Amino acid sequence: MLARSCLRSTRAFAGLRNGAVHISKRAASSSSSGSAAESPLRLNIAAAAATTVAAGSIAWYYHLYGPTADASTPAEEGLHPTKYPWVHEQWFKSFDHQALRRGFQVYREVCASCHSLSRVPYRTLVGSVLTVDEAKALAEENEYDTEPNDQGDIEKRPGKLSDYLPAPYANDEAARFANNGALPPDLSLIVKARHGGCDYVFNLLTGYPDEPPAGAQVGEGLNFNPYFPGTGIAMARVLFDGVVEYEDGTPATTSQMAKDVTEFLNWAAEPEMDDRKRMGMKVLVVTSVLFAMSVWVKRYKWAWLKSRKIVYDPPKTNNIAPRR
Amino acid sequence: MATAIYNTLFRRNWTMLGAVFVGAFAFEIGYDNVMNKVWDNNNRGRQWKDIRHKYVEGGDDE
Repeated sequence: MLARSCLRSTRAFAGLRNGAVHISKRAASSSSSGSAAESPLRLNIAAAAATTVAAGSIAWYYHLYGPTADASTPAEEGLHPTKYPWVHEQWFKSFDHQALRRGFQVYREVCASCHSLSRVPYRTLVGSVLTVDEAKALAEENEYDTEPNDQGDIEKRPGKLSDYLPAPYANDEAARFANNGALPPDLSLIVKARHGGCDYVFNLLTGYPDEPPAGAQVGEGLNFNPYFPGTGIAMARVLFDGVVEYEDGTPATTSQMAKDVTEFLNWAAEPEMDDRKRMGMKVLVVTSVLFAMSVWVKRYKWAWLKSRKIVYDPPKTNNIAPRR
Repeated sequence: MATAIYNTLFRRNWTMLGAVFVGAFAFEIGYDNVMNKVWDNNNRGRQWKDIRHKYVEGGDDE
């Protein structure tokens, strides 16, 4: 408003200085409502066109990039694993150590021929999967390097509880060479390292179809597994009914073995889970009691404020004539 | 009763402090015991100590 009035005043000055020509011009421009530039019809068309372009470009952008932006095609992403109600994932449930024991047996007899478990020492198995005698016997089956002796030679000694589970290959290159160029990942943290965790591992192990679906591209030396990102996985299906004979008599079906080994790998990734959950339960109980107490104290301290009553005492009405 | 507690525990600062420390210690022991029982009851049969006897050869502890 202010700017417009300023503009008008300078134009008025200019008109005064330069005579009637400008004044008449201004009068003509301001009074000619039928002028082409300001016709309401044209303005409406322009507004409609601009709105159409804006809305159209937004729609086009949405059509192109959509509500979700996926970096990969669904096949590259892999089929999302089915969610299973794992008991050991409940808040206040520990691992089923009988299942851990079976899962370790599956790892040792099936997985360990290609996959290392290099971050798990024998001592952690004691007291959760094996007895100390079993763990010692297992460790002694393998040989480990000693410290250099007086001549600087490194000799071999039988394993001890403090040694780590031996890897099937000397190094990654040897592992790739033995597996057609594909590196079997270390399984110590695999449950934490994959989206979907336990569900993913279980689905991957049990998700091999008998033959790849029609039209699926399966590379040389690869196997089809819809749950594996890219669907072509170098690992073939390894778990078949009865591959392992469980010492506790559990029927060794494919899904039973997959479930046990998944729980075992979850233990390998989170050996502290039982203690963590037990501590978490204690913390939750104590903090909920403290929270309830703090709510009570607040209500107690605020009671006088919340229960007070403000009374309006009206002025005396003696001087006002009663209404009729 | 209340005055007896006041006179023995709260009147002097060092007794008050001692009461706090001893109380905290005693509460921790009792609370841990109760909660561990709750945990073991909730996970009966799942923990290593529940299945250990099947695998340990007799006589030799741990």
